[in-house]
Amino acid sequence: MNIRSIKGKNIRKGIFYGHAIPYLEDIEIKGKFIIIEGPDASGRSTQIELLSSKLEADGHAVLNAGLRRSELIGQGILEAKRNFVLGRRTISLFYAADFADQLENKIIPGLRSGHIVLSDRYIYTLMAREAVRGISSSWSYNLYGFALRPDIVFYLDVDPNELVHRVFKKNSYLDYYESGTDLRLSDNMLESFVMYQKLLRKEFKRMQKRYNIISINGNRSISEINQDLQKRIDDYLNLQSYI
Amino acid sequence: MAYSKKNTGKNIPIKGKLIVVEGIDGSGKSTQLRLLEKWLIAQNMPVFFTEWNSSETVKQITKKGKKSGRLTPITFSLLHATDFADRYERNILPLLHAGYIVLADRYVYTAYARDFVRGCNPNWVKKIYEFAMKPEIVFYFKVPIDIAVDRILSGRPKLKYYEAGMDLNLSNDPYESYRIFQSRIIAQYESLSLSENFTIVDGTMEIEESQRFLRSAVLKLLPLSITKNIRGSTRP
Repeated sequence: MNIRSIKGKNIRKGIFYGHAIPYLEDIEIKGKFIIIEGPDASGRSTQIELLSSKLEADGHAVLNAGLRRSELIGQGILEAKRNFVLGRRTISLFYAADFADQLENKIIPGLRSGHIVLSDRYIYTLMAREAVRGISSSWSYNLYGFALRPDIVFYLDVDPNELVHRVFKKNSYLDYYESGTDLRLSDNMLESFVMYQKLLRKEFKRMQKRYNIISINGNRSISEINQDLQKRIDDYLNLQSYI
Repeated sequence: MAYSKKNTGKNIPIKGKLIVVEGIDGSGKSTQLRLLEKWLIAQNMPVFFTEWNSSETVKQITKKGKKSGRLTPITFSLLHATDFADRYERNILPLLHAGYIVLADRYVYTAYARDFVRGCNPNWVKKIYEFAMKPEIVFYFKVPIDIAVDRILSGRPKLKYYEAGMDLNLSNDPYESYRIFQSRIIAQYESLSLSENFTIVDGTMEIEESQRFLRSAVLKLLPLSITKNIRGSTRP
């Protein structure tokens, strides 16, 4: 028996959305790639914590990733945004660069070594933000063409009016960008937040089919949502182990 | 959606002119563009000069990445696109709207050439820069590789890692790597010069001679009402 067949059936080729990175085209991965999408204060990080603990308890190696976390420029984006100087196209490209750094230096190596990679948001949030800012979806689609296609994508769908209360519970103020203030939707910050979140939600609905995004009712309690997510992930992993 | 329709500025007419120089390091393009700038300023034309990779905001952030040598072809490409977008959104486009003559020392073609050499998908790169308007004229400074490389290397400068194309593993010797890297860039420029309709400038000509050529070409792009007064002043 050769080594390849012992190493297992879980090795598969990575699939990319568009123009793959030429030097990664034939990449082989072993792990599973799961995304939790959802607006600010929708409970993504809480859910990722819970899911990670459970998956680790079940014996899986888990790696967490997320937007704006690369060592390359993650901090730089925050600084630039704080100074309100960058244009919308510039911000998009900055995020894309930051995302690429994480994809190549963290996510792909993690998947190659057999981790379950749980990502707190992915390119869908970036594309939704760009779409509501008038950037054409074909441009965004091409830009993120180097992104690896995940195994499962969940979207925590929370009613924007409910979301406001969760944000206030968390922070006691509304974040400038999460309220879409740069879009000048309304002079009233609260109204601007709700309008902006509704626009983003609409974009997610639009992307749902193309990207196979599973919408999860996020208006429920933390444990209800967690049971829902955990069951879907377990089912997926069980199914995979039979293939 | 929200302000896309009314506020993207797509309907504002471009009154200015965008003039670009391209070519490898040592081809003489920057010297020529600076002389062109001096001339236009002397004619009281509103001029703005912009250089590749010079956005202050972006540079602060990318310096770290370049220093650490952790850039891949994709991140390298995207950081340069970010730099370009910042200069485009904040300087180039508004100034063109305002009627300026914008002089760009390198434009999207530099990104094309370098990114293609680094192995990025050409369609991917081109689509990213789709938002950039086509220049009025692109001067491509064509010069034999040995002359350009000698001009740059004669002072034995310390070549930076990415500048020498060391990330491509062409050679362990930075100077040798630089030479191979530049010759590959030239090959990309050559094929772009046809598809993108470059105006070719012989980079081995005397400085004055090249400048006369540039000035007369630029003069043809300016409105007649302005050029009446400038004619005859193209001699450097």
